[in-house]
Amino acid sequence: MNNNIIVVENLTKRFNGFTAVDAVSFNVKKGEIFAFLGPNGAGKTTIIKMLITLLLPTSGEGTIDGHNFVHNPAEVRKIIGYVPQLISVDGTLTAYENLMLMARLYDIPSKERHQRIKEIISFLQLEKHTHSLVRTFSGGMIRKLEIGQAILHRPRVLFLDEPTAGLDPIARQNVWKHLLKLRYNFGTTIFFSTHYMKEAEEMSSRVAIMQAGKIAIVGTLPELREKMNMKEATLEDAFIFFTGNVFEENGNIRDTRRIREVERKLG
Amino acid sequence: MLEYISQIISKSYVMAEMEVRKLLHDPTELITRAVQPILWLGVFGEAMSRARAIPTPGFTYLQFITPGILTQSVTFIAIFYGLSIIWERDMGLLQKIIVTPTPRIALVWGKMISAGIRGLSQAIIIFLFAITIQIHLKLTVFSLLGVFFIIMLGAGFFTGLSMIIASIVKTRERFMGIGQVITLPLFFASNAIYPIEIMPSWLQVVAKINPLTYMVNGLRALLLTGNISQLSFDIVVLSIATFFISLLSAYMYPKVVI
Repeated sequence: MNNNIIVVENLTKRFNGFTAVDAVSFNVKKGEIFAFLGPNGAGKTTIIKMLITLLLPTSGEGTIDGHNFVHNPAEVRKIIGYVPQLISVDGTLTAYENLMLMARLYDIPSKERHQRIKEIISFLQLEKHTHSLVRTFSGGMIRKLEIGQAILHRPRVLFLDEPTAGLDPIARQNVWKHLLKLRYNFGTTIFFSTHYMKEAEEMSSRVAIMQAGKIAIVGTLPELREKMNMKEATLEDAFIFFTGNVFEENGNIRDTRRIREVERKLG
Repeated sequence: MLEYISQIISKSYVMAEMEVRKLLHDPTELITRAVQPILWLGVFGEAMSRARAIPTPGFTYLQFITPGILTQSVTFIAIFYGLSIIWERDMGLLQKIIVTPTPRIALVWGKMISAGIRGLSQAIIIFLFAITIQIHLKLTVFSLLGVFFIIMLGAGFFTGLSMIIASIVKTRERFMGIGQVITLPLFFASNAIYPIEIMPSWLQVVAKINPLTYMVNGLRALLLTGNISQLSFDIVVLSIATFFISLLSAYMYPKVVI
């Protein structure tokens, strides 16, 4: 049986002659937490937009749980959830109404909607704020609510574009607590992009690192270390190694790592 | 096919319902919106009717412009509705809605309906003001029903138009500029505040292809003359225009996220 829930083959996107994504291929396994890394402008968001049917690729294609996201977007939309990088809840509606909007757009049967929303609200521990306008919410509460909106219909794959950007460490931890619980409860595959290497290292089972529209490497951290030939490299080292930023300046990685290890011990 | 149509209807309804809920949470906008038409009637209308510069046979000038001012108020609300598409795109809300299994046109119809509901609230305020300053209008069940239809259609048309503009210009700043540039000519190149007959002939041509004119005609027939022989024609023109603009708009607006 095919174990890959996301299959991407030769995906390419050009904007007015500029190639944002250049013949990218990779797979994501069922139920895994997959971190999508790369410097700004490497093409991460463009790839996510193509996977979630927001953007048509120039060429190439792929599937999500067997449904082609280029030729059959309607089926794909039913089985994915998406949390954009931007704040995407409506501040002028209550938490309950924001969830209700999504419940109805995702065709959750009317008999189940209320129950499902109640479950999500208690899952996210937002009970006290059910009927408060969302514009009174903190950043962490907003992110949680957005995740709630994206999982109401129990998607098979949840896409999150920098889900913890701008959150304080406690809120960040809280968001991840819920994402891990989600995966545990429903086996949801989680595909996320982030700039926090530590977060990616701790949470994900595999990572892909993008550089200039191409995938520089895909694998687990041990696999990345092997490629780098550095047994103790952190994901941050790997990121710098594979995106090439510091690599060209010869030997800096080792120094960086040493400094960081000292810092860690002191901290 | 049937399932698709029921999807469109139920999801347009959800979209419209949420817009109405937003209004109910914060209705101040309805009040501030009402200031402009009241000024037009109470100040401009009063002053012009004293000047007796514009021939409005059979009616006072204030009676004549009330349907025009109502039309203006509704279309101005609608024409800035497209801005909400850009706003929601900037928030990320639009992206999230587009990736749900929702027919594209449902969002357009939802916005059209909610612009219509805002327009109806303006009608109520304008009618109350008209009664207060003793502008005589035919307010019967039939005429109010007709007014309801025309406002919904007209608001729909201009909402669709503004969503198309929004998907072309893509930024708030440009939209504001263009919104200003279109609204006033639309208003002045119509029969809202003077009869078509007194316009220069080139402007009469513009007025005849201006959907605003058909709205004013319909409202004037219902609220003043009672001569509804042209009413079905006005409604058919508006319905066709609104339907086609909603299709075009549904095709165009997803491009705003790219």
